[in-house]
Amino acid sequence: MSVVQAAHHTLTPLLEMRGISKAFPGVKALDQVDVILYPGTVTALIGENGAGKSTLVKILTGIYQPDGGEILVDGAPVEFGNADAAIRSGITAIHQETVLFDELSVAENIFLGHAPRDRLGLVNWAAMNARAAALLTSIDAPISPYTRLKDLSIAHRHLVAIARALSVEARVVIMDEPTAALSYKEVEDLFRIIERLKKQGKAILFISHKFEEVYEIAEHFVVFRDGRSIGSGLLSQTGQDEIVRMMVGRSVEHVFPKVDVTIGNTVLKVSGYSHPTEFDNISFDLHRGEILGLYGLVGAGRSELCQALFGITRPSAGMVELEGRPIALHSPRDAIAAGIVYVPEERGRHGVVLQMPIFQNISMATLGKTTRAGFLRQAEEFALARRYAERLDLRAAALSVPVGTLSGGNQQKVVVGKWLATRPKVIILDEPTKGIDIGSKAAVHAFMSELASEGLSVIMVSSELPEILGMSDRVLVMREGRMAGTWRRDELDAETLVRAATGNV
Amino acid sequence: MMSRILTYRELLLAAIIIVLIAVFAYRAPGFASPESLANIFNDTAILIILALGQMAVILTRSIDLSVAANLSFTGMAVAMMNAAYPGIPLPVLILCALAIGAALGAINGFMVWKIGIPAIVATLGTLTVYRGMAFVLSGGAWVNQTQMTPIFLDAPRTSVLGLPVLGWTAILVIALIAVTFTRTVFGRTLYAAGGNPTAALYAGINVGRTRFFAFMLSGALAGLCGYLWVSRYAVAYVDIAAGFELDTVAACVIGGISTLGGIGSVGGAVLGALFLGVIKNALPVINISPFWQMAISGLVIIIAVLFNARQERRKGRLILRDAAKQRPSLVNAQAGGAAA
Ligand SMILES: Nc1ncnc2c1ncn2[C@@H]1O[C@H](COP(=O)(O)OP(=O)(O)OP(=O)(O)O)[C@@H](O)[C@H]1O
Ligand SMILES: [Mg+2]
Repeated sequence: MSVVQAAHHTLTPLLEMRGISKAFPGVKALDQVDVILYPGTVTALIGENGAGKSTLVKILTGIYQPDGGEILVDGAPVEFGNADAAIRSGITAIHQETVLFDELSVAENIFLGHAPRDRLGLVNWAAMNARAAALLTSIDAPISPYTRLKDLSIAHRHLVAIARALSVEARVVIMDEPTAALSYKEVEDLFRIIERLKKQGKAILFISHKFEEVYEIAEHFVVFRDGRSIGSGLLSQTGQDEIVRMMVGRSVEHVFPKVDVTIGNTVLKVSGYSHPTEFDNISFDLHRGEILGLYGLVGAGRSELCQALFGITRPSAGMVELEGRPIALHSPRDAIAAGIVYVPEERGRHGVVLQMPIFQNISMATLGKTTRAGFLRQAEEFALARRYAERLDLRAAALSVPVGTLSGGNQQKVVVGKWLATRPKVIILDEPTKGIDIGSKAAVHAFMSELASEGLSVIMVSSELPEILGMSDRVLVMREGRMAGTWRRDELDAETLVRAATGNV
Repeated sequence: MMSRILTYRELLLAAIIIVLIAVFAYRAPGFASPESLANIFNDTAILIILALGQMAVILTRSIDLSVAANLSFTGMAVAMMNAAYPGIPLPVLILCALAIGAALGAINGFMVWKIGIPAIVATLGTLTVYRGMAFVLSGGAWVNQTQMTPIFLDAPRTSVLGLPVLGWTAILVIALIAVTFTRTVFGRTLYAAGGNPTAALYAGINVGRTRFFAFMLSGALAGLCGYLWVSRYAVAYVDIAAGFELDTVAACVIGGISTLGGIGSVGGAVLGALFLGVIKNALPVINISPFWQMAISGLVIIIAVLFNARQERRKGRLILRDAAKQRPSLVNAQAGGAAA
């Protein structure tokens, strides 16, 4: 604290949170935390999954009411009874689980709830579209305000979420894991936006599990552990090790515990796989025990390729052979039956049933294994769920609580656990550690390595270069729906992959 | 089915029902006597059975508005069979009722699954069509008590241990449905398919087919109720149970079955139906006119919906006693409370 104050004796805090507490049934999500934000400054909020970061964001944006503590804006106490009140005080956020509306246009999504009105109080469409276009230009987003959201790629949806956050006159901008599953290029774009906001004197709260980003963009940090603020200060004076120790209370080693595995025979052979609009002429082999990294920019068609391999979309040409036999993939059911499973990237939409208990979510794709003659055996379901929850370091009050009450990272562990529980031949992991903190990330990676050494073949889509470099036996890079090349582990280096992904040879 | 709020809610609903009974008993002594309570339960048996079928459909994010029309057609069909061929044994007729009902339910399910018509539209259509079919079948004529065989009429009324077989049938259906919903793969897929259809698809669950079977179940139960209704009231005509589909939806809503799918318990639906049953039986006893009865039932439904909305809103604002364990670790999750 003193460090920060010393560095900022000239700056007055824009926003102060003092002694904020918030409890949920069975969990003290926040316990007397203090956070101070200064104008023109980025403050990184760091902490493990479930440390209380998103809860703080929801309190700052009026979605939750704190049980105790006070919030000061410009030194004056404020109370946010609802989301609107927070917006009127100049606080805006990009939430971890962004909710946008598929059927609405980009402009409507941006201005939903605060659309410009005309004299009669009706929506002024012309003004709304014009302002949306201006906003999108200001963040270099090549998107038309008239496009329907469902026609946008994930990366572009993300830009819409950012534009939405900036569409209100905000002085405080909060970003809750904005870079999860963005590749370095989109991250660079985002950082340019953040720099501009900084120059405009806005205070920014930035939440991320990726340390490189935190050190690149932020000046201050606050560390949460188990709902308490453990430390804060200047990043320029604090090493990563020290922060990690504050975060988890111990030091974390081996983030990429890749074990060398003898690669076996070909398990999956994909040849000439094409889709009318998303990818073209993709061919590769996947061997027993191999981890194949799938790298590329967001929107390169990696997720679409995986979805086709899982029977969700139909390819227009090409063939898939599993263990030497051609297979037809018309639905996820077919794929699961054949032994191919897919851990989807968008966990909220594709991964979990929020109101269902954790154990039922984990057993959902394996109902056949925990049943006898159509009857569920709950003891086995629990045993299964407990096994994977422990392996993945899932933190929850009980396995019978609804998944919706978990933090984002812990929800991700439920999704990963659900699919690992199916014990497949081939597992496709789409951004498997999205939103997972570094300690648990090591656990997920160790588990992946272990499964590979038992003969499972893994396709891992990741936008995180270190993860790709650390975990893959081979890397396939995709660019704009086409293969840009494959590299063996011993040929890998960051520069080659980035060049291949962007096409800047 | 899952969270603490729901069980809390069910307890509350049960408490309200008990208080209501106590209040009515104060005004009309004898209302709370065992015979009277058994009578109320018996009277609500058909609503309970239909509400459970409706619940299966609502869990999958659909709605079945054709249950009462299905009941009417199937009731008419078995009554006419009984009148025309008195020799057909009752079990066969009951199986026929189940089969006809299931077939009509399957038509709904097929339209929703394979043709992709929204459930509300599809069943609004078949609501009219099934009543029309009942009219065509009967030519608008009634089947009277005198035309039906004594066994056909008496079976549901036979009293066993103080409760007519009709009431026991409801108990049997409740038990079967409770086991199906909480202990079988089909039950789980109902909740998954309604809770998040996309995630269910990704998990290898065929959402459309699950809906289809939910409609078929609802239809089969409606068919069974067709027989029960005709035999209980000893008459079959086209307009029996007119508007009753709304009572089944109301029972589900009062019982906390979320119309957004994926949430709700068998206990809730049964309590919702019982609540309506108690009101319906009590108001005449304390001399309230039928007009007021309808108005009061309507009011109760609105209050229940408001209560539902409030419950949803309160989520996440609950204040904790104290987290005894300083860190939420993986406590040995007890199986209890999970599937209750
Ligand atoms: N609506 C809720 N009901 C009950 N518990 C909740 C609710 N929201 C959050 N929690 C609990 O509060 C704690 C803090 O959650 P929060 O989402 O703030 O974590 P986080 O730091 O954002 O984690 P992550 O890095 O995984 O996103 C967790 O234990 C979580 O289970
Ligand atoms: Mg979070």
